[in-house]
Amino acid sequence: MLIHLPALAVVIPLLSAPLCLFLNRPLFAWLFTLIACGLTMLVSIMLLQQVMASGTIVYEMGGWSPPWGIEYRIDKLNAFLLLIVSSISTVVLLAAHTSIEKEIPKYRITLFYVLYLLSLAGLLGVVTTGDAFNVFVFLEISSLAAYSLIALGEDRRALWAAYQYLIMGTIGATFILIGIGLMYQMTGTLNMDDLSRRLPEVAQTRTVFAAFAFIVVGVCLKVALFPLHRWLPNAYAYAPSVVTAVLAATSTKVAVYLLIRFTFTIFGISFSFTTVPLQTIFVILGLLGIFAASTTAIFQKNVKHLFAYSSVAQIGYMIVGYSIGTTMGLMATLLHLFNHALMKSALFLALGAVMYRIGSVQLVQFQGLGRQMPMTMAAIVAGGLSLIGVPLTVGFVSKWYLVLAALENGWWPVAVLVLLGSLLAIVYVWRIVEVAYFNEPPPGRESVQEAPLGFLIPVWMLVAANIYFGLDTRLSVQVAEAASQALFGVSP
Amino acid sequence: MNLSLETMLQLSILLPLLATVGILATGSRPNLREAVSIVTGLVLFYFVTRLYLGLEQGEVITAQWWQLVPGLQLSFAIDALGMLFALVASFLWIVTTVYAIGYMRGHHEKNQTRFYACFAIAIGSVMGIAFAANLFTLFIFYEVLTLSTYPLVTHAGTAEAKKGGRIYLGILLSTSIAFFLLAIISTWFVAGTLDFKPGGVFSPEVNKLVAGAILVLFIFGIGKAAIMPFHRWLPAAMVAPTPVSALLHAVAVVKAGVFTVLKVCVFVFGIDLLSILPSTQFLLYLAGASVLLASLVAMRQDNLKARLAYSTVSQLGYVTVGALLATSAGVIGSSMHIAMHAFGKITLFFCAGAILVAAHKSNISEMRGLGKQMPITMAAFFIASLGIIGVPPAGGTWSKWFLLMGTLEAEQWILMAALMISSLLNIAYLLPIPFHAFFSGDNTPYSRAGIKEAPTASLIAISITTVGCLVLFVYPQPLFELARAILAA
Repeated sequence: MLIHLPALAVVIPLLSAPLCLFLNRPLFAWLFTLIACGLTMLVSIMLLQQVMASGTIVYEMGGWSPPWGIEYRIDKLNAFLLLIVSSISTVVLLAAHTSIEKEIPKYRITLFYVLYLLSLAGLLGVVTTGDAFNVFVFLEISSLAAYSLIALGEDRRALWAAYQYLIMGTIGATFILIGIGLMYQMTGTLNMDDLSRRLPEVAQTRTVFAAFAFIVVGVCLKVALFPLHRWLPNAYAYAPSVVTAVLAATSTKVAVYLLIRFTFTIFGISFSFTTVPLQTIFVILGLLGIFAASTTAIFQKNVKHLFAYSSVAQIGYMIVGYSIGTTMGLMATLLHLFNHALMKSALFLALGAVMYRIGSVQLVQFQGLGRQMPMTMAAIVAGGLSLIGVPLTVGFVSKWYLVLAALENGWWPVAVLVLLGSLLAIVYVWRIVEVAYFNEPPPGRESVQEAPLGFLIPVWMLVAANIYFGLDTRLSVQVAEAASQALFGVSP
Repeated sequence: MNLSLETMLQLSILLPLLATVGILATGSRPNLREAVSIVTGLVLFYFVTRLYLGLEQGEVITAQWWQLVPGLQLSFAIDALGMLFALVASFLWIVTTVYAIGYMRGHHEKNQTRFYACFAIAIGSVMGIAFAANLFTLFIFYEVLTLSTYPLVTHAGTAEAKKGGRIYLGILLSTSIAFFLLAIISTWFVAGTLDFKPGGVFSPEVNKLVAGAILVLFIFGIGKAAIMPFHRWLPAAMVAPTPVSALLHAVAVVKAGVFTVLKVCVFVFGIDLLSILPSTQFLLYLAGASVLLASLVAMRQDNLKARLAYSTVSQLGYVTVGALLATSAGVIGSSMHIAMHAFGKITLFFCAGAILVAAHKSNISEMRGLGKQMPITMAAFFIASLGIIGVPPAGGTWSKWFLLMGTLEAEQWILMAALMISSLLNIAYLLPIPFHAFFSGDNTPYSRAGIKEAPTASLIAISITTVGCLVLFVYPQPLFELARAILAA
């Protein structure tokens, strides 16, 4: 059983999805999905333990040895991502039963859970597989599920947002596919391990350059790297609250993983960082993203939009860390991947609670919420502080390593800019705080109550994680450090 | 009680934080709630005194908590400077609590439970700052202090309070994240450690330009020290209830700022390195300018609390100057000034609050003849003013004496002139207030009203701190010993 764990991580949600279709009662469907997600999370934890203890796990799908068969390959980076994706999906799902009964018509609820499981299966598949074409397949599974999930939003603009995402996402996926095709043409293999060995021989050909360009641009569309982020704010704002929380915490993270996997493992560091001027392009785009998106966030009237733009800015931080091109820089990126998933899932889920009670997340509607929904607002403040990077939260840990990595590389202007970027976060977080705590509730909304426990429990689990991993960084730092060292070929 | 000193050290930080829970739990019964505050204050002061006695006997008192990030540990150690700050803050917390009971009830303030709870968190973080064994620990409590005082500053919940809170948080958080944190990470990167060490952590061969730049980042980043141009938060914070202005913005928060400056100058750079850095002279002039300009601005304020706030900005400049002078007299002077100014300024704020509660006046122009109605308050105001100015019979005399000695030792004539001129300005903006209160205007409304003082609890507090100002003049020895021990270590 234990040797099949890598496959189980994908198979459990993938098989649960069609089974879930047979469950008509929302409660049963929810419980069933919850069990499936919980099992996946358990598998991820066991995989991480195994990888940290005894190194990379290679699993041959169906017993076919590569390069004929598909190989699943779990190293520290994969295991780390698996843990993030599966655990956040599980915790967020705890709130789903309460949340979607108000946001989704009853006859679509089962469908929602099916899509949720499919999306999870796709994301986990992207992470576990060691086959480049398989990446594309799973990416499409997760993306198609995500488009439909977004379209389930009750606001009619959700359809338009999903359509926008569909177009942009498909362009991205097509680019990736073209890139993979070109690589196959040059090397005759789709196995990542093989690719990484054969590509250097043909590295100086125009085809490989084209493949690289297609893949990087395609992945960056999925990452929502500024200026390819246009699909993200609307998709996050109009999707059902639970979907926003889970997408914000997982899908862009998996895309960042792909970026790292393609550039570091498949093309190799020397190709990506010396032959191609990726470093310069990314540090500029990353910094532009931080400032442009944070500034845009300040002027948003819809709080979901506000945090969506903040997400684009946070991706900027990850890209800056990545572009530094050192072990420490990559480690900062991986840490922020983990930490940002915690922050944004907590924040968007808390917004879901607000949505549940007052049916809107417009900033003006937050008046008086500090008193009416104290626990929910406290969670938003805690998540916001984490976003700013106040000590004792996870945000501080990310910032610490990112600035240290920039200084270590002699990039002190970048260090300064990274810190200045967090000042913008103070502004947009405090706009919410002021509205919520310094105003009386508007007329007709005096009777609003605290969110139900169905929300408060998962929200506060995530907030607690924000604080816990800000205090005890052993897990996140160790794994991120080991993973980035492995990617740089410095085995500990 | 048979607690070890290590336990007491940790309890002095944890106890106020635990008291927060007690305060919130007893929120519906005000008397019990205030009892929790007072008892916690007394126990805390007992702990700090015991620690002081332990320190005097030469005991090494440290405590380690867990590692946050590999290599960076939350750890605490007691030294003379931290002890001085802790003694002042924990003693004045008790007094302020007594005062606050009179003030908050006399003024019918709302949300008193939240007020006392945040107060307790603030004092806990002050203890954390005072006893921090490395910059990292200090930084964490520094930020907790900023955040826990935000609800206190915006206590009134009005548009004005919101605006004040915005400036308060904006400046303090921005400077600390953009400059202070960067300075800390740079120090970690250059020196490889963040521990406070006598003589500093930088090697003598360190690039002077880099170290100089880090020093600038530190001085700008420690916004709580209110060096111009990062001083605006302090006047803005005056929208807070007076006990908050008194304890936090005359003692805890601002003193945490200058304490950190001193700590950084003496234990991160070391005065030997400090005196040869290229940026020290520039920062000295900046601090000197802050001293003078703030005094000038203070003269133009008619609102009493605003005048006191600018006076604080100016006096904080003295401490920073003393630290940057990098001479032993300078360090002694500035650390003593932390205590002297604390007693003087808290008394002045107490008086301002008493006048607000008893006579409902906040503008200086309306206080003529007030001495007839509030003789005790105005007498206390007079004595405390002497303390700020630095003339006998108040304790401020000593600290200003050493600060001037420091400028002499360092041969900084311009700064010496600046400090002296500023002291003259202190006279000009402080003394007229009690003078007019007692000697001018027979036809004021106060002369007929008879004596009508502030609530008794507030009067007791005012008397204690005023006596403190006088005692520190007659008996400055223990304070001086502590200040001298800072460099001896």
